[in-house]
Amino acid sequence: MNDVIRPYGDTTGDGMVQVSFTLPIPHDKRAEGAALQLATKMGLIPAMLVHATPMGASHTFFVVYGSATHLVDLDAVQVVDRDYPLLSAKDVNLSIKKSLRRPLVVVGACIGTDAHTVGIDAILNIKGFAGEKGLEYYSEIQVVNLGAQVLVPDLVEKARAAHADAVLVSQVVTQRDAHIHNTTTMSAAFREAYPSGKVPLLVVGGPRFDESATNELGVDRIFGRGTTPSEVASYLVHAMSSRAPQRASKRQPKAKEVKP
Amino acid sequence: MNSPAPPPVLDLDPAVVQRARELTQRLGQPVVDIARSHTTVSVERAMLRLAGLSGADHERVPWVNHLAEAVRADVGLEHGLALPVWDALRRGEASDLLTLAQRSSAGAVTFRLPEKGERTSAARAATAAVRPGMKKMDQQRRARERLIKRHGDPEQRPWIYLIVATGDIYEDMEQSKAAARDGADIIAVIRSTGQSLLDYVPEGATREGFAGTYATQENFRLMRAALDEVSAELGRYIRLTNYASGLCMPEIAALAGMERLDMMLNDSMYGILFRDINPIRTFVDQRFSRQVHARAGIIINTGEDNYLTTADAVQAAHTVTVSQLMNEFFGKEAGLEDWQLGLGHAFEINPEVPESFRLELAHALLARQLFPDAPLKWMPPTKHMTGDIFKGYLLDGFFNLAGAMTGQSILLVGMMTEAVVTPFLSDRGLALSNVRYVLKAAGNFTEDFSPPPNGFIQNRSREVLGEAVDLLDHITSQDAPAGSTPLLEAIAIGTFGHMKRPATAGKGLEGVAIKAEGYCNPAIDLLEADGWGSAP
Repeated sequence: MNDVIRPYGDTTGDGMVQVSFTLPIPHDKRAEGAALQLATKMGLIPAMLVHATPMGASHTFFVVYGSATHLVDLDAVQVVDRDYPLLSAKDVNLSIKKSLRRPLVVVGACIGTDAHTVGIDAILNIKGFAGEKGLEYYSEIQVVNLGAQVLVPDLVEKARAAHADAVLVSQVVTQRDAHIHNTTTMSAAFREAYPSGKVPLLVVGGPRFDESATNELGVDRIFGRGTTPSEVASYLVHAMSSRAPQRASKRQPKAKEVKP
Repeated sequence: MNSPAPPPVLDLDPAVVQRARELTQRLGQPVVDIARSHTTVSVERAMLRLAGLSGADHERVPWVNHLAEAVRADVGLEHGLALPVWDALRRGEASDLLTLAQRSSAGAVTFRLPEKGERTSAARAATAAVRPGMKKMDQQRRARERLIKRHGDPEQRPWIYLIVATGDIYEDMEQSKAAARDGADIIAVIRSTGQSLLDYVPEGATREGFAGTYATQENFRLMRAALDEVSAELGRYIRLTNYASGLCMPEIAALAGMERLDMMLNDSMYGILFRDINPIRTFVDQRFSRQVHARAGIIINTGEDNYLTTADAVQAAHTVTVSQLMNEFFGKEAGLEDWQLGLGHAFEINPEVPESFRLELAHALLARQLFPDAPLKWMPPTKHMTGDIFKGYLLDGFFNLAGAMTGQSILLVGMMTEAVVTPFLSDRGLALSNVRYVLKAAGNFTEDFSPPPNGFIQNRSREVLGEAVDLLDHITSQDAPAGSTPLLEAIAIGTFGHMKRPATAGKGLEGVAIKAEGYCNPAIDLLEADGWGSAP
């Protein structure tokens, strides 16, 4: 039915949006004309320039309203849907007991120079997030939270020492794509350090990731903003159970493996 | 230069305040004793830098690092570098310090520890070599005083502090001048991420950084020159800030003193907790860098905001107070005066918490009243800034208002795009216009604002102070094994910021040595003998 929509200002179908931007020219009549030209090219017709002010001597800041001529085709929208069932803490624990017959080991860290532990703490700490308790609360999940600014080689070493089933990495700082660099460095280091097929589940979270970029980043799953602990726990159980048979059996003799 | 605090409005029990300071001293003094009995590679390298050694080899490894490593390999670090280095120069191993460093990097010099008369001569030569570095810092301090007299301080309080960081020092210079013209009083150049974990100071002007610009002596000089230019243009002395933190804190402090930086971020425990740098290394480096700042007339900025980004800002409010007290103690012990203590705190309470603004006012007033002569640094919301930039702009407005109402001294300008993007030019412009509006509308609010006795704000401030004293009391009464102290034990078990940092671990531990009998470092001797930061 309503498969094609337009932005909503105050009336259905009016298409109204607001944008703000800066142009690198001093504020004068011509600058305002330039702003309107840009808005028109962006598909805002008619465009209304509601505010223009100098930003220093050589830049001008604009606020523009206009009706977007573009239509949104809802059928063509693509998103990463949750492809696993959301479980309660009890069911998560039960499932781990059944499939692994030992606690699931999760190592978490903020890597690189990122000191923002808000994300990883929200998922791991008992205190949790959004009214849900963190993974530490789950009796069948053993959490090793390495905290902030962990170097990638240290993360790999600690993950090996702890026999991690999953590694959770949080990346908040995104300047110059630090989150992308750090994540690809991390996933490459794990692939190098582990035999193929033995790499722990690599899970990365942060507010600015593209959730569909798992292949590019070399990770198993990407979680975006607003992710809750139970979503992560449910995912881990789901992902582990599809890998569990080979892992559980081959793991036993390695229990006493001496760290190189 | 003094920071005029508003009249005290909180009804705090002076006995409780006094007890807080007594406990802080009991906690801090044993750590000072440990700091005094150790040295670090970076303290020793800072001494070489004060003696004029600079530059790096073709692989950009600084000569101070080469020389320090060569001496350490021959005679160890525990005696200090001064005696073996100036003994080698006296023996004719090289004609000057730079040549000595170059030759030693090729393994062409053998160092020894001189004795008796030779020892006295080496020590004398070392002192004479370090003295010009001290003089340079003294001259820069006088130059600052002269320029402030000529151009003047900002007209309003709080001073407006803005961050610039493009990675390219030349771009930074342009942006900083633009920011100053737009109202900024203080420019902070954020460092490239990761510099704090480098065990050397990069060299030269840099145009590539990672989310920031490298702190180098040349970058310091270039930026200070740019701000001097714009200060003259605006008739207002624009201050420059950088970071004396991380593994090279002492060296960066020395470079800052010689290049006339005006403020340095310098927290007594930040490196331990948030960079996992070894606690002993940090306390030793801290003490030296603060002695340098004291001498150079630099205002330090402490990092209490960080406690609130990792913990709940209401529950952890008292840890900010404890940290401020400790920064005050360690700062004064190292010779800093009240006007140099830019103690930090931040507006980080979850806006969903009922009465969050009143709680912020209580916390901000508590800091203001406990440290009436300190130029407090008031830091904006970051943790609860979301992609909702409109709400973020409102929150920043409330932050600015709280700063005006409680008489804060330095106001770090909050960006509505915090946690979204590196601020756009327009974000910065809008943020400054937010500050300007609030200060214009309510800049003198301290005159009218006095919370009623036994009201919400009064009670909350007393509660936080009480919790701070309880925490200090609790830590002080902990047992500590020989060689440790209750504070080090508390840091080890995660008392601060939930970070567990044992004194036997952490980055940079290998660069720490217990001072041997007869340890000699003329930089420390001069810093301590020439009067502790009092104007030369």
